[in-house]
Amino acid sequence: MIYIHLFLAFLIPGIVGYGGGPASIPLIEHEVVSRYEWMTTSEFSEVLALGNALPGPIATKMAGYIGFEIGGVFGAVVAIFSTVAPSLFLMIVLLRILYRYKDTPKVKRLSKIVLPAVTILMGTLALDFFQTSFSVNGLWETLFIAVICLLLLEKWKVHPAFVIVGGLAFGALFLS
Amino acid sequence: MKLLLNIFIAFFRSGMLGFGGGPSAIPLVYKEVVETFKWMDDQQFSDVLALGNTLPGPINTKMAGYIGYRVGGLLGMVTALIASIVPTVILMLILLTSFNQYKDNSKVQGMTDAVVPIVGVMLGVLTWQFFKKSKDGLGWKMGVILLVGCYIFIEVVHIHPGIVIGFLLIAALITPDKKNNKSQVERKGNGQ
Repeated sequence: MIYIHLFLAFLIPGIVGYGGGPASIPLIEHEVVSRYEWMTTSEFSEVLALGNALPGPIATKMAGYIGFEIGGVFGAVVAIFSTVAPSLFLMIVLLRILYRYKDTPKVKRLSKIVLPAVTILMGTLALDFFQTSFSVNGLWETLFIAVICLLLLEKWKVHPAFVIVGGLAFGALFLS
Repeated sequence: MKLLLNIFIAFFRSGMLGFGGGPSAIPLVYKEVVETFKWMDDQQFSDVLALGNTLPGPINTKMAGYIGYRVGGLLGMVTALIASIVPTVILMLILLTSFNQYKDNSKVQGMTDAVVPIVGVMLGVLTWQFFKKSKDGLGWKMGVILLVGCYIFIEVVHIHPGIVIGFLLIAALITPDKKNNKSQVERKGNGQ
């Protein structure tokens, strides 16, 4: 049963997640935290943060780790399979057909029309994380970390992996 | 055998060096596939990328799987997928399980707490990028209407986001083409 749930939980983000791995993060969160309650928002953020600090595609890293936590090695295989297989299968089968229609407005519109939905999902997920942070770290600590982190990432273009490592060090020293 | 090894090296390297999720690894995949191993030329690669983007699912594994399949058949596909997925998942497992062993340690707890707002900021930045893309892709009016509509259906009415997205996709396919044709022609004109 658990494997079927794992399969379904990662199947949906894999099928409807347009815009690459990061776009499917809110969808994975929806399944893992809200629907099946395998993790809390805070645990999910830990997995996501460490996932971001490591190289490689984010969706399969999340699937592999969460699958392993819930169902062991086989769980990891199931979660990765359902993340990767459907869209890859579509790609191999549909590529020739799509190739012929790739310049038609309809096909171009497909990847654009889902953007607002992804924006909303991503935005609410970001708010969820800030709310969790308010309750565990307090308002001022959250604002402090968030502003510094935003400056580092966007103004000084520091690599995300370094920002996360810096955050881990800051937490170990000042938030413990 | 040599071919499979090369496929493995190509996707292992681009996976291990690509931080920040699939899309950021695309230039690395390009470097391996087009420049190092010359399995495809520029045009073929950009076609595969463009088509990959019109399909759902993580882009990196779609590219790996498809290119692996084209270069080395079914075995090539499996090799490319394993090379891009397995090493990073194992790294993740080692890191997180050792992390969880010291969960009760107050320093580790502080680390976990500090990371929450950082992820919040990263997701906020992604939100902003997707917002800009919605505006550029659909225009202000359509973009805002769809944003508000999606917000209501997903967050207020609590319809499963997959269903909302599925509905949008169907809408995109059944809407008749109108002035989009014009911008299409313009864009083509600019490209030539």
